[in-house]
Amino acid sequence: MKEILSGNEAIARGAYEAGCRVACAYPGTPSTEILENTVTYKEIDSSWGPNEKVALEVAIGASFGGGRALCAMKHVGVNVAADPLFTLSYTGVNGGLVLITADDPEMHSSQNEQDNRNYAKFAKVPMLEPGDSQECKDFTRLAFELSEEFDTPVMLRTTTRISHSKSIVSLGERVTGLPAPKLVKNAAKLVMLPGNARVRHVFVEERTRKLGEAGASMAINRMELRDPAIGIITSGVCYQYVREVLPRASTLKLGMVYPLPTGLIRDFAARVEKLFVVEELDPFLEEQIKAMGIAVAGKEILPLCGELTPGRIRDAFASVGVAGAIHKAPSQELPVPLPPRPPNMCPGCPHRGVFFALNQLKAYVTGDIGCYTLGFMPPLSAMDTCICMGASVGMATGVVKVVSEEERQKVVGVIGDSTFLHTGINGLMDMVYNNAPATLVILDNRITAMTGRQDNPASGFTLMDDPTHSIDLPLLCKALGVKHVRTVNPFELDETRRVLQEEMARPEPSVIITNKPCVLVKREGVFERGPVYTVEVEKCTGCRACLKIGCPAIEWHPDPDGKKGKAWIDPLLCTGCDVCRQLCKFEAIGRGK
Amino acid sequence: MSDRITNILLVGVGGQGILLASEILSETFMLAGYDVKKSEIHGMSQRGGSVVSHVRFGKEVFSPIVPEGEGDILFGFELMETFRSLPLLKEGGTVVANDLRIPPPAVLMGQASYPEGLEGTIRERFPDFLLVDGQKLATEAGNPRAANTVLLGAVSRRLNVAEEFWLKSLEKMVPHKALEVNRTAFLKGRAL
Repeated sequence: MKEILSGNEAIARGAYEAGCRVACAYPGTPSTEILENTVTYKEIDSSWGPNEKVALEVAIGASFGGGRALCAMKHVGVNVAADPLFTLSYTGVNGGLVLITADDPEMHSSQNEQDNRNYAKFAKVPMLEPGDSQECKDFTRLAFELSEEFDTPVMLRTTTRISHSKSIVSLGERVTGLPAPKLVKNAAKLVMLPGNARVRHVFVEERTRKLGEAGASMAINRMELRDPAIGIITSGVCYQYVREVLPRASTLKLGMVYPLPTGLIRDFAARVEKLFVVEELDPFLEEQIKAMGIAVAGKEILPLCGELTPGRIRDAFASVGVAGAIHKAPSQELPVPLPPRPPNMCPGCPHRGVFFALNQLKAYVTGDIGCYTLGFMPPLSAMDTCICMGASVGMATGVVKVVSEEERQKVVGVIGDSTFLHTGINGLMDMVYNNAPATLVILDNRITAMTGRQDNPASGFTLMDDPTHSIDLPLLCKALGVKHVRTVNPFELDETRRVLQEEMARPEPSVIITNKPCVLVKREGVFERGPVYTVEVEKCTGCRACLKIGCPAIEWHPDPDGKKGKAWIDPLLCTGCDVCRQLCKFEAIGRGK
Repeated sequence: MSDRITNILLVGVGGQGILLASEILSETFMLAGYDVKKSEIHGMSQRGGSVVSHVRFGKEVFSPIVPEGEGDILFGFELMETFRSLPLLKEGGTVVANDLRIPPPAVLMGQASYPEGLEGTIRERFPDFLLVDGQKLATEAGNPRAANTVLLGAVSRRLNVAEEFWLKSLEKMVPHKALEVNRTAFLKGRAL
């Protein structure tokens, strides 16, 4: 049977077919849909972990217990999971363990574009890189087999263009006859104290050597000899672009990008006249091939930054006069400049009022990762830093250590509920432990919103939609030792501003929790749309105060002369959050007629 | 089957239903026996931002994204976004767009106005331009929310794929209770 699947859907299917029993992840674009699809197979126990480190540790436990396990995350998630990963490389596995890293060249939805192929080399684990959805499925199956055969975790790397592209996939059956999981003690392999780890490190180096040798005969490393004038070594989606742009060129498509099949690469290099590497981001393949003493060109013609596209590859090869790469004139400029259309917080978003208040208070806001990072954008313009998950808390602590008392009172950390539970708790522990007089706002919207509404340990439900304990955030903060924990309704602007002001002034650690849900939560009884608001045309003076919150439901309607105008509320978009009404001094905004 | 690949770009604003439309296109081409690839960006680009989805079909498709300047058909869900994506089209490409204007943040806040005359400029550069009042035709079909399906019908007319595959694909991808309205909307668009 054939279906059109995204790379992420195909990885989930591959895990199912491979007999995978446990899958865990923390959501992160572009990896999120992998677990949203493994959960559709009842044979796989699928769960969201509070962060990537825990998710990987759960997968490790499942593997040590003898079951096949998959763990998925975005590229920066591997930074969080790196601690267990590097030693997992030493222990190896019992049941097969596959770690998916979904990289994001071009940073379509990320804070950096790190190239996680480096992790394979750094942690000394094999890495596969599929080039379309069929390969996503097939390579996932193969990764489980290699994992058990070579006693190693296997990383499978996708990029956004693989994760979120769809292509036709032939489906297979789930494997049967895998050994039943059971407890087996093996301290020499699984207890990584120096005496044992020294032995395992020798095993790891030998394993890498064997994998490199085996790579020469793996069908996923594929030499395609066409015109011998040009030879291109490539992998992943870049292979597709190369075939598109240089259909006559010979290619060596690497399905395993670490360790490299050195014999195969030498063989290919000997059969072509001019050798190139086409890869996104770092010269990962190029440097290793050069270290083999082979002359090859790569980053001297291709960019280090951003993703590649057929056009960028075409231009690069045309610049060195490679026949077949037709150099087209760059796309014509648009004749009219257009206003940009950046993403925006939704109408009725509970974060809007908080950022409006922070802007009014001229706060210095250490920010975090989520929808609320959009609070950086004008007109709210109320975020001053954003580094990584959980960083808002530690950064707030650090800033108050160095600035004056007057400036200290401007410092506020802002973090979402899911991000706080991910890696914010430790930061708050530190703030209290070391008595840093900063204020943390936890924007509790009851969901992991940015990645598309995933449940988390505070939302009351699991990925499998089973009701579960919901973490009591105020109680958790109190247990960490925060004496001043206050909950506010972020739709009440005056109250929100007053509480912020009081806590910012307080020379002690404090936490403010906002308690209104994300408007996108579909679960019954969480978010309820209120009555739609309207502008009374006679009362509206055109002062534009209501436009300062940047709500997509409020539209400026200029008069015909264009000088003055009035506000208008789109009834299809308004959720009745009431924030704009509180901004109108002329009482022109009210609940519908 | 010729080796030629057909390149379609669907463009509009996050939340307009672009992903569903590109799924229906892809499904149709697979049913008609073609190789298909499609690509788009999720995440930050939703939340009301600009969205571009690429759909390519033919005998064998390599790249999931349309090479720059090689689009055959630009399927626009919103006028300004259609205009923004014109550089993706090849010379002499086809534009089918919904006559719908969604103001971006700067226009909502009164700092810019929605550009005028876009329609004329598109027609000057791409004579094969069909501007459709999707909402009106969808309302006639029974539901103003089926505007995308009207546009899909209009696009289908410009592709050499038999009607049966389009209807089969709609049947598979559209919820049962909305199918009849969508079928009517599709055929209204296909008649344009």
